Formats: sequence, C-alpha cells, structure tokens
Amino acid sequence: MALKKRYAMVIDTALCIGCGDCVVACKTENEVPEGLSRDWVVERLSGEFPDLSLQYRSERCNHCSNAPCVSVCPTGASFVDEESNVVLVDPSLCTGCKSCVASCPYDARFVMPEGYVSKCTFCLHRVREGLDPACVAACPTRCMHFGDLNDPDSEVSRLLKRRKYEVIAPQAGTEPNVFYLV
Amino acid sequence: MEEQIITNKLNAHIDPVLDVWQWQVPVYLFLGGLAAGLLILGAIGVLRKRSGAAQRWLPAVPVVLAVGMLALFLDLEHKLYVWRFYTAFRITSPMSWGAWILILVIPVNVLLVLGTLRANWPSWSRRADAQPWLRPVISFAETHADVLAKWTIGMGVALGIYTGILLSAYVARPFWNTSILGLVFLASGVSSAAALVQASSREHAEQHRYARLDMRLIMVELLLIGLMVVSMVYGAEPQRRAADLILGGALTMYFWIFVVMIGLLLPFFLESVHLRGKSLPRFLAPAFVLAGGLIFRFFIVEAGQLTSWIGY
Repeated sequence: MALKKRYAMVIDTALCIGCGDCVVACKTENEVPEGLSRDWVVERLSGEFPDLSLQYRSERCNHCSNAPCVSVCPTGASFVDEESNVVLVDPSLCTGCKSCVASCPYDARFVMPEGYVSKCTFCLHRVREGLDPACVAACPTRCMHFGDLNDPDSEVSRLLKRRKYEVIAPQAGTEPNVFYLV
Repeated sequence: MEEQIITNKLNAHIDPVLDVWQWQVPVYLFLGGLAAGLLILGAIGVLRKRSGAAQRWLPAVPVVLAVGMLALFLDLEHKLYVWRFYTAFRITSPMSWGAWILILVIPVNVLLVLGTLRANWPSWSRRADAQPWLRPVISFAETHADVLAKWTIGMGVALGIYTGILLSAYVARPFWNTSILGLVFLASGVSSAAALVQASSREHAEQHRYARLDMRLIMVELLLIGLMVVSMVYGAEPQRRAADLILGGALTMYFWIFVVMIGLLLPFFLESVHLRGKSLPRFLAPAFVLAGGLIFRFFIVEAGQLTSWIGY
C-alpha cells in the first residue's frame, strides 16, 4: 500500500520580497470574495537598532498535523483529507458556529458571505492534477516550495534536511506543515 | 525586540483582533449556566422533599434553554445547516457535547416536573391526570422521582461545566485556556439560579437560605477567579500577556469595576445587609447577582477573543 501523502509548504524567507503575488494568485485561483484573504504577507522586524533584520513571510493555514480546528468542530465539517493530510472544510456540514475560527492560533479561517467557514486548501484541486498551489506557481522569486514530506526525496523534504527552519507558534502544539527557512 | 509592521490580512471579524462572537454567545452561556443552576437547585429540593421556590422554577428550564439556544442560533452564520449539530457526535468537540447535553437535559427535566406535579402544581396535576396517555408517564416519573432528580443534578453539573469548557478548550485563546473556567461558570450559574429563586420566594426563611447560599457561591467564584488569574500570571508567555489585560491592560477597569465590584462584591454586600435584617428591596441583591453573571460572560467572551499566540 502506498504511503499516504503529507503535503507541506516550505517558504524561503531569505528570498521572499513581500510582493504579495501569492495573495493575488490565491484570490484569483480560488475566487476569494473581496475583503477576504486565504493567505497574506507579514513584514516582521526584529533586533535592536542598528542590528535590525527584516523578514517577509507569506502566511496561510498551516494544515496542522494536530489541528485544533478539526478537533473542536462539532459537525465534522472541518476534517483532514486522508489522502493528502490537508485540512479542509465541507460547506455542506458547516453550521457557521465559528468554533474552528476561534480555535485557530493563526487566525487563518474566515466566514464566507454564504455563511460557511473557508480557508487555504493548499489548492488541492490543482495538486490533484499535478500542479503546484497557485501561490507557489505565481511566486516570482521561487521562494515557495510545495511537496510531500512523506517522500524523503521531495524538494520540501530535502530543503528541511539541509536548511534551518521555523514554524509559527510551535508552542501551541499544533504541528504546523508550513515551514519557514531562515 | 520583535514587531510585526505590516500585514495585508484584513478578514472581517478576524483582524486586527478576533471578534467572531458578539452578544449572542455570552447570552447563551449565561442562560445555559442559569438553567444548569435551576436544574441543580430544583433537583436538590426534590431529593430533600422540600417543596419551594427552587422546585417551582423547574418547568421554566426548557424555556430558559430555548431562549439561550435561540441566541446561539442567531449567532450561526450558516443557519439553515443548524441540524448538522445532530447528525454527528464529535467526542473531541465541547460544542458537540453541549448540543447533545442540551437535548438530553430537556426530557429528564420534563419527567422530573411530571414526577413532582402532584406536590407542586395540583391544578396542573388534575389536568394531566385527565389525559389517559400521560398517566403511565406520570406514574413512572413519580415512582422514580429521586433517580430523576439525581440524573437532573448530573445533567445540570455537566451543562454548567460545559458552558465554561466550551471556551477553555481553545488553546488558541490564552485567556480562556484554563479548565478552572468550567468550575467558575458552574458556580456562577448556580449563584444566578439561587438569586432567581431568592427573588421569587415569598418566604422569609427561604429567601435567607438562598441568600446565604448565594454568598457562599460568590466567595467560591472569587476564589476560582483568583486562581484563574494566578494560573495565568504563572503560565507561559501568552498566558502572562492574557493576564496583563486585567492587570494594567485594556480591560483592567472593566474587570475590577464591573466584574469584581459590581458583579460580585456589591451583591455579596447587599445580601449580607439583607441577612442582618436591614430593609432592602427584595429584588435588589438578586438583580445584581444576575447582572453580574451576564457581565461576567460578556467580559470573558470579549477578553478571550482579544488574546492570541501570534499577536497580529
């Protein structure tokens, strides 16, 4: 039996210039309504003057391996797709109770005008056709990488072996699957 | 030093701070807690064979719950799919537990009311006896009134604790993320119920009994809230930041003046004055207890949404 996939995204913060193309690509690909975003760019300043460093970070749902949004959902609308390990929302099961929205440490979810909750899907519809997610495909600096962490030869697996990386709020214990190379 | 300068994320009710739950959820939590308290006090009255104001509130519980569930329904964004709560039971979801507890509480409560109908509401009892299909149900409920009362207490405790656990299960919101919240909400719910029973009682001795109970419950609430703050102050960094909200931060005045002083200390003082035989309007202290319970839910729901792990 083939090993299940564990899709992950690896973003090289040394290459990201914060252009926001990933945001535009996502909104276009997924027809995200005006005023809502499945992904966003954070500009992060750290250090003390004059030793300051600036980091751009393209953020989205972390498709956590221990996803609190899935465990608190009262109806099973938030679920982990078994084939891909991607966290998804089934609108036909969603009551719009916003329990998952409150449970997400990354504030990655939002309510669609129709009333159900939505978020990044890692563009699973594209991935199933062998394509990269729209944000990854559109990135002009090629700082975003997407692949299967269960495949040791995938680009994402190799990058995480070679480079130092961090995840957002690891203390929350959610085991995110979006990694930032530093 | 680390600072987030810019983010282009501006999702409605998510950014810059979470604001997904407005008045509906605190109202629902308050009424859920009040119903839990009424169930517990009413059932204790049944077990102690003490007919009084507490038992007389038992038929009102489904109404209180219905109003609370209406508030929760109004909060849902995908309202036509509300029935989906009852096509699944998710063991890891406090909201799923709550949805089912709310449904299970009502038949047990109705049976307990039927079992105590003859003692508390003779005119209703006569009307119920006239319905042949109801007689075996009433007979069953009367025979098993004590068992039903014990079940009712269990359900009431579960309901009261659930209203707090619903929030404390969210690791993402450091202000909520303490299981003490379940006990605080339970104590607050029973306190609100005791206040309602006290206000509706016409017997002096009964009013005093529930005033004394209320004072003890307010002390328990103060103790538990104190422990909650201590656990946050000595917690991890997000918890410490959450504690800062009420220890010098944006909600400090709101917490100490409205929640602690007006919601807890003032009714405690008024009830102690009442117990010492001073003349006070009968509804004054209970009104403050009930208002305090509601204010407390509003405060907790708001404070939790203001706290997060990432701060942007």
